[in-house]
Amino acid sequence: MGVPLVYAVLSGFKSTDQLSRNPIGLPDPWITSNYTDILGSGSFWQLVGSSTLIAAGTTAVVVAVSALAAFSFARFAFRGREMLFTLFTMGLMFPFAVAALPLFLLLRSMGLLDNPLGVILPQAAFGLPMTIVILRGFFREIPAELEEAATLDGCGPLGFFWRILLPMARPALGTVSVLAVVGSWNNFLLPLLVFNEPTWWTIPIGVQQFQGQYSAEYARVFAYLVLAMVPALAFYAVAERQLVGGLTAGATKG
Amino acid sequence: MTSTFLPDKRSGPDVGVPSPAAGPARGRTRRRAVHWLTAVGFQVPALVLFGTLVLLPMLFALYASFFRWGGFGMPDDYIGGDNFTRLFQDPVFLGDLWRCLLLVGLSLLLQLPFALALAVALNQRIRGRAVYRMLFFAPYILSEAITGVLFSMIFAPDDGLADHVLGAIGLDGVGGQWFADPSTVMATLFLVMTWKYFGFHMMLYLAGLQSIPAELTEAALIDGAGPWQRFRNVTLPLLAPTLRISVFLSVIGSIQLFDLVWVVTAGGPDHHSETMAVTMFQYGFKRYQVGYASAISVAMFGISLVFALAYQRFVLRRDLQGATTTMRGGGS
Repeated sequence: MGVPLVYAVLSGFKSTDQLSRNPIGLPDPWITSNYTDILGSGSFWQLVGSSTLIAAGTTAVVVAVSALAAFSFARFAFRGREMLFTLFTMGLMFPFAVAALPLFLLLRSMGLLDNPLGVILPQAAFGLPMTIVILRGFFREIPAELEEAATLDGCGPLGFFWRILLPMARPALGTVSVLAVVGSWNNFLLPLLVFNEPTWWTIPIGVQQFQGQYSAEYARVFAYLVLAMVPALAFYAVAERQLVGGLTAGATKG
Repeated sequence: MTSTFLPDKRSGPDVGVPSPAAGPARGRTRRRAVHWLTAVGFQVPALVLFGTLVLLPMLFALYASFFRWGGFGMPDDYIGGDNFTRLFQDPVFLGDLWRCLLLVGLSLLLQLPFALALAVALNQRIRGRAVYRMLFFAPYILSEAITGVLFSMIFAPDDGLADHVLGAIGLDGVGGQWFADPSTVMATLFLVMTWKYFGFHMMLYLAGLQSIPAELTEAALIDGAGPWQRFRNVTLPLLAPTLRISVFLSVIGSIQLFDLVWVVTAGGPDHHSETMAVTMFQYGFKRYQVGYASAISVAMFGISLVFALAYQRFVLRRDLQGATTTMRGGGS
């Protein structure tokens, strides 16, 4: 399972010539220039920065908006609630590709092409169903007594939401944030459509372009791939518990 | 349902608001309206975002699918159902459907049982269990684009790792064109998909396995059941809800497959690895037949929807009761 990854790391330390003569063994000599060249170039860091900004923006929007909606779904009884909730849960099975084309036209008419908002807002919108479903589950478990106590102490709905519910739901917010970050980080189709100019390219787009550009220099492409994997794997190592918890909760509650 | 913010008929006396006795009916109606507005007010940002960027584009795709349209200005050349008639005579689209079925079949018959076997194995107390879990799940974290580029180099004709390994163990003629050969491209793609996704399903199963009380397996052990019997009669039935979810996600994933194929083969050679989403992309963004591409979108949506509804109706029904009671409520 790890063989492709190890192979990529080792190949990055070879020259392309070495790679074709000695594809399987250890590098001899170890060449670091593939890695250092990429780390020294501004374009790679631009991808990392752009991916980070877009992931952070998407997460902030989707979590804030979903928390409000999930709060209303979990703690209020109101006419039309079931209908609205069904509408959002239906969104769980909308393939993004279905909306891609008209979404592109919409973003074009709104002047959001080559603009990070053109990726952030649609990603947040498509992330809503899953986030709302997970958060609603957590919000429902907070005891009604707390709500009553807060109300007696003079909290309005918004005060209860802000001062009590959100702090108590911090683990849940962490989980949905991790899911949103990973989803945004790995998205390919939407950035591919929205970003014509390299200014805002994200890592998946950058990787594809790099391979196209240096298709003959295998060792360089391997080094590039490995570096492109590092942020995601590092994030995974840190947030593993929340990610796995979120995926299993999302999958079974969805 | 816990709610103290909205005093409605079901929730009994309102403990929250120190109400000025039971006011006249008009005051109650007004208070009700205010509460409704408060509750719905929290939904407004979500509704605006979801409505404009998810629902509106979907509806527009449906509208555009009835036109011959190049994507500029508004569609005006109405052609009724012609795009759909064309769709179901288009060999590429029919091939997409066939390839989708193929991937679904392979996933259900090979990938998921493999993931299940590994999950059962990793659920034992074995050395380094946590490391294995990390390792198997790591590919799921990588984007399909990165996975695609990695494997397009591993399966590169002649120079790739795959051919070298086969050559080293004396199987020179076996590999070869991989993604470039119409007869092997789907199998190779499926291999890559398995590498990337089985860890996710394995994690789902592990979570399911941990929720099975150990007493049940122990009881079966005491009753003299062998490993296979314990698995067949205790583990498998109790894992069924998890399995059903995993199958659902796997099928929906196969219907939507795009990134991996686009990066690795872009649908080639000669459409032999094309998926519905890739065909849509080709027509919509490369050939500017936006009306026809919209019809493909609508067909994809229809297929997902029919599958999802049928699956919920016939397979998931038992699991959803209790878990999401709201699904049975209004609307659905």
